[in-house]
Amino acid sequence: MFYREAGQFKTNYRADQAIFPILQDRIGLGLILVVAFVVIPLVGGDFFIKSMMIPFLILSLAAIGLNILTGYCGQLSLGTGAFMGVGAYSCYKLFTFFPEVNIIIHILLSGFFAAGVGIIFGLPSLRIKGLYLAITTLAAQFFLEWAFIRIPWLYNYNDSGAIDATSPTLFGYPIDPASGNPIHIYLIVLSIVVVLTWVASNVIRGRIGRSWMMIRDMDIAAELMGIKPLNAKLSAFAMSSYYCGVSGAMMVFLWLGSAEVESFNINISFQVLFMIIIGGMGSLIGCFMGAAFIFILPILIRAFPVAMGIDIGASTVEHFTQLIIGTLIIVFLIMEPHGLARLWQIGKEKLRNWPFPYG
Amino acid sequence: MNAHDSALHTSGDVLAAGSELLRVDNVTLRFGGVTAIEDVSFDILKGEVRAIIGPNGAGKTSMLNVINGFYHPQEGTIAFRGEKRSKMKPYEAAASGIARTFQNVALFHGMSTLDNIMSGRSLKMRQSFLAQMFYYGPARDEEIEHRRRVEEIIDFLEIAHIRRQPVGKLPYGLQKRVELGRALALEPDLLLLDEPMAGMNLEEKEDMSRFIIDVNQQFGTTIALIEHDMGVVMDLADRVVVLDYGKKIADGMPEEVQSNQDVIDAYLGVPH
Repeated sequence: MFYREAGQFKTNYRADQAIFPILQDRIGLGLILVVAFVVIPLVGGDFFIKSMMIPFLILSLAAIGLNILTGYCGQLSLGTGAFMGVGAYSCYKLFTFFPEVNIIIHILLSGFFAAGVGIIFGLPSLRIKGLYLAITTLAAQFFLEWAFIRIPWLYNYNDSGAIDATSPTLFGYPIDPASGNPIHIYLIVLSIVVVLTWVASNVIRGRIGRSWMMIRDMDIAAELMGIKPLNAKLSAFAMSSYYCGVSGAMMVFLWLGSAEVESFNINISFQVLFMIIIGGMGSLIGCFMGAAFIFILPILIRAFPVAMGIDIGASTVEHFTQLIIGTLIIVFLIMEPHGLARLWQIGKEKLRNWPFPYG
Repeated sequence: MNAHDSALHTSGDVLAAGSELLRVDNVTLRFGGVTAIEDVSFDILKGEVRAIIGPNGAGKTSMLNVINGFYHPQEGTIAFRGEKRSKMKPYEAAASGIARTFQNVALFHGMSTLDNIMSGRSLKMRQSFLAQMFYYGPARDEEIEHRRRVEEIIDFLEIAHIRRQPVGKLPYGLQKRVELGRALALEPDLLLLDEPMAGMNLEEKEDMSRFIIDVNQQFGTTIALIEHDMGVVMDLADRVVVLDYGKKIADGMPEEVQSNQDVIDAYLGVPH
């Protein structure tokens, strides 16, 4: 009822091109940011921030990375986990070489290594598409996993083969996941994710984002409009891998504290892929919705019996969680194959027209 | 006509109207053992509407594909603006000023009408990746400048009401119109139209004809047109080239072609 654009006239293209042309959307975004930056740090408990919000944001960033490549540029990838791994391992190496440098700079720099690796494994996309390309990115996944095990230099020759965040500090505060204040870590993660999401939305609505969507929708016509497939596809691979790399680096240094090669295996690639399928391909808000669905919802379902005081075994709860999540995935995909983001959009349309059923 | 079409075509043209814009010389195109085009030569003059007609399978679309770089002929040369060109990629053809529409609409289905036509401006946008990342500033100014041009095209084609709609949901006739708009956004010197009126009703055909004439006369865009509706061809075209089984069988003014015995035989068949 209050979601109306009536009376909000645009008198110039600048206002018309804004990300959120409707006032109510801008207010909504403002509220979300206030909740994220102020309310959650003030009232959120340790568990909520450390085990829900931080991983949720980190996985959302990986989902944005994959969505750039798959949702916007149409190149299917199963190598997300490996590209996250490249980010994590390069951040670890950077931290080993320059321990005095600010960890945030390391995290943001490590994305570039992932971008480089992403470009190399993106080269086959110039010749093959669709499921066949997915298989070559699967090769990236397995090759890089192999490299993380077989090249001891990457984990500084330690016996465990794991990389760990050796007490990074920021402005004198410890921010490693074990001893740092979760609120500080949360705010760092949130800031990085918000800034990178904003950057992604800028790139997507400009010339480069359009060139990706042109390639996705009709590559022949895109070439005719003067798009070089090489530039469009490899820039999508680079940017996508950058986001995955940053997400992987944050995963080790701001969430897990230490990681082995198993943290970046094919499972996480699939998990991120499910996030964008359920959240919505080609939608930034869908990345957050998908990450919430895949990551936060199971935690809530597991916590439900405990909160209600129902006494059932942990394994039963686990089984029920799997059942419920699986059913929900099927229901949502039948209801709306284009994901939660499309449901959200339809809901907004309906609200706009309410109480009339037509638009 | 009115103020908004003035800026549409501003690219400095050195060629005078009536001089040779494109020259196809002895082009032969084979796919394995099949000869799609055999020793075809013709020219397109600046500012004219040149129709390419022929029965199904005559090689008309292949000819367009050769002109804009999808196919590379085994023999023969193509000269655009007097420059002979060797193997050319489609995006290079686009950069040199050749735009095209497709027989089966090849729009970007996931994007809105506005974005589809904006995509035609890609070649003219110069802002770097870095500027695009921050958007506010040079990238936004550039975007708005091109938006203005695109809105002129939207006005010209009378599709303002579907500006925000995803093109996948539009009716066929409007999709064809959006596709013409996308090609116009390139501000091409040579516009290739592959059956712009296929599958349209009379009213839609009349609209499309009007747009083609306006594009040709107001913006001075040279047009090469493939069309099966002979009434349309005879009315719109300045000159007609006729292909049959990959060979050129006639070339000339519409009236000449109409009365040419080879053309009549090709279309109606010959008694045995």
